[in-house]
Amino acid sequence: MTEERNLTCINCPMGCFLTVELTDKEITKVSGNTCPRGEQYARDEVTNPVRTVTSTVKVEGGVYERVSVKTKSPVPKGKIFEVMKDINKASATAPVHIGDILIENCANTGIPVVAAREIKEA
Amino acid sequence: MKDYDIVIVGGGPAGLAAAAAAKKAGSDSILIIERDRELGGILNQCIHNGFGLHTFKEELTGPEYAQRFIDEVLTLGIDYRLDTMVMDIAPDKTVTAMNRTDGMFQIKAKAVVLCMGCRERPRGALNIPGYRPAGIFSAGTAQRLVNIEGYMPGREVVILGSGDIGLIMARRMTLEGAIVKVVAEVMPYSGGLKRNIVQCLNDFDIPLLLSHTVIDIEGKEHIKAVTIAEVGPDRKPIKGTEVRYTCDTLLLSVGLIPENELSRNAGVEMNPVTNGPIVNESLETSIPGVFACGNVLHVHDLVDFVSEEAKKAGENAAAFVLGKAQEESGQKITLHGESGVRYTVPSHIDPKRLSDNLTVRFRVGDIYKDSYVSVYYGNERVRHVKKRIIAPGEMEQVVLLKDDLLKRPELTDITLKIEEA
Repeated sequence: MTEERNLTCINCPMGCFLTVELTDKEITKVSGNTCPRGEQYARDEVTNPVRTVTSTVKVEGGVYERVSVKTKSPVPKGKIFEVMKDINKASATAPVHIGDILIENCANTGIPVVAAREIKEA
Repeated sequence: MKDYDIVIVGGGPAGLAAAAAAKKAGSDSILIIERDRELGGILNQCIHNGFGLHTFKEELTGPEYAQRFIDEVLTLGIDYRLDTMVMDIAPDKTVTAMNRTDGMFQIKAKAVVLCMGCRERPRGALNIPGYRPAGIFSAGTAQRLVNIEGYMPGREVVILGSGDIGLIMARRMTLEGAIVKVVAEVMPYSGGLKRNIVQCLNDFDIPLLLSHTVIDIEGKEHIKAVTIAEVGPDRKPIKGTEVRYTCDTLLLSVGLIPENELSRNAGVEMNPVTNGPIVNESLETSIPGVFACGNVLHVHDLVDFVSEEAKKAGENAAAFVLGKAQEESGQKITLHGESGVRYTVPSHIDPKRLSDNLTVRFRVGDIYKDSYVSVYYGNERVRHVKKRIIAPGEMEQVVLLKDDLLKRPELTDITLKIEEA
C-alpha cells in the first residue's frame, strides 16, 4: 500500500514542506527538503519522532535562581514529559558552566541533560 | 567618564555583534551601554533551541547563542556598562546616560549604533473590553517569569495572538504542567514561524483558532475566564460564535514594536511601516554617523539575521570614525515595496558605497502561494523567483549584485513586488 505524508520541517526557520512517500510502511521517497537535515527529520518523524527538550533547573548559590538546560541530543517525542519530571527533580550548585552535565541519563533515554547558560556564584 | 568614538546603545544580540565587528574593523574606542544587569538581551530568556543554524551551523539555545557573542566581546576587550540607561542621544551624537555608580554622564561619540531592540505590544493597544484583572501578561513577561525568575504565572492558560513568543510559551507552560486551552489569532494566518506551529502547538494538541479573538475578559481581582469569538473578513466578531474559556492566565503575543524613543528624540527620520529608522545601504540613518540594526530597525524572526545585519552596522560605524567610509557619489537609488511587499530595508542606496552585494530584507502583507518575488530596476524586471509560500510572519530577502548596480549609473528606482503565477 502506498501512502503519502506531508510534514513541516522543524529543523530551521525555513520550515520546508516535506512529502514522505511510504510503500507498506517503508519510506520510498522524501521530497521538498532543501538540505540533508530535512530528509533526516522526515525519516525520523514517520518512524521515531524526536525533540530536544529545553527547560530550567534550580540553582543554589548563584546570581540567578534558575539555569537553563537542554537534552544534549533529541529524545523520543513520547518521553518528553518523563524527561520533564527528571528535570524538575534536579538541582545544581553555582558556578554552572555551559555543557555541565546536570542529569546523566534522563528518563532512561541514555541522553544527558546539560546546562545551557553560565551562572556565576553569588 | 572618558569619551568613546563609538557608543553602542544596547547589549543584546545586535549590540554585541555590532561591537565585535567595529573592533575587528579597526576601532579601539567602543562602549556598549546595556540597561539590564547582564549582556545578551532577550536571548537570555529564550531558553528554547533553534538559534544559530545560519551563523554557527549548529542548533543552540538563546543563552548559548548569546554567550558566543559575549565571549567574543570580552576576548576583544570591548568596554561595556551594565545597569545603565541611555536617556538621550543628541543630534551631535552626545550620548547622555545614567546608572547608580557613575550617576548621570555624557559621552561625545563620533558614531552611535542604535541596538535597542523592540518591546511587546501591550493590552492597551488592543481595545479588549472587560475588566483589568491580574493574570494578564505579555508572552515575553511570562517567559521571563518562568525561565529566569522561576515563577509560574498560572495553570489554565489562554493565549491571544500567534506570534512566535506566544507559541513558544504555549509549549513552555505545557511542559511545566499548565493546561493551554487555546491560541486565538485574529488574522486568518499565524504571525509565527511554521516550525513553531508544529513543534509548540501540534506536538501538544493545542488548538490554534485563526480568525478568532478575545471579546471579553471576566474577573475583577484575578482573571476568571475569557470569551473568544470568530471574526469576519472585517476583523469584527461574528454574533453567535462566542465560546467561553475559563482560565487564570491570559498571555498576549500580539506583535512587537521597535523601541525608538531615543532615535526619534535625536531627530532620526522614521519609516512609518517598520516603526524603525530609515536607513541607507550602510545601515546609516538620516543623521550621518548614527547607524541602526536588529529589531530596533525592523522586527526580525531570526537572530542569525540580526547578527549579520549588526556586523555590517558595526563595520560601517568603524569606517565612519576612521574616515574610511566611501564618499557619497550623488547617485541615490530609492527602493520601493509594491503589490504585497510592505517595506524594504534599506530604503535607499548609493551603489558606489556598497562594500559587497546588497541584501534587501522585506516582509509581505498577506499569504502568497506559488507566487514570484520580482525585482525591477526601473521598468526592467531583473529577478523573478518562484516561492512556494510567502507569509507575513516570515521575513524574506533578495541579494542584489553590486556589479549589476554599478553598471546602471542612471538607475534611480528599484521596486520589489509579489507577482502571482
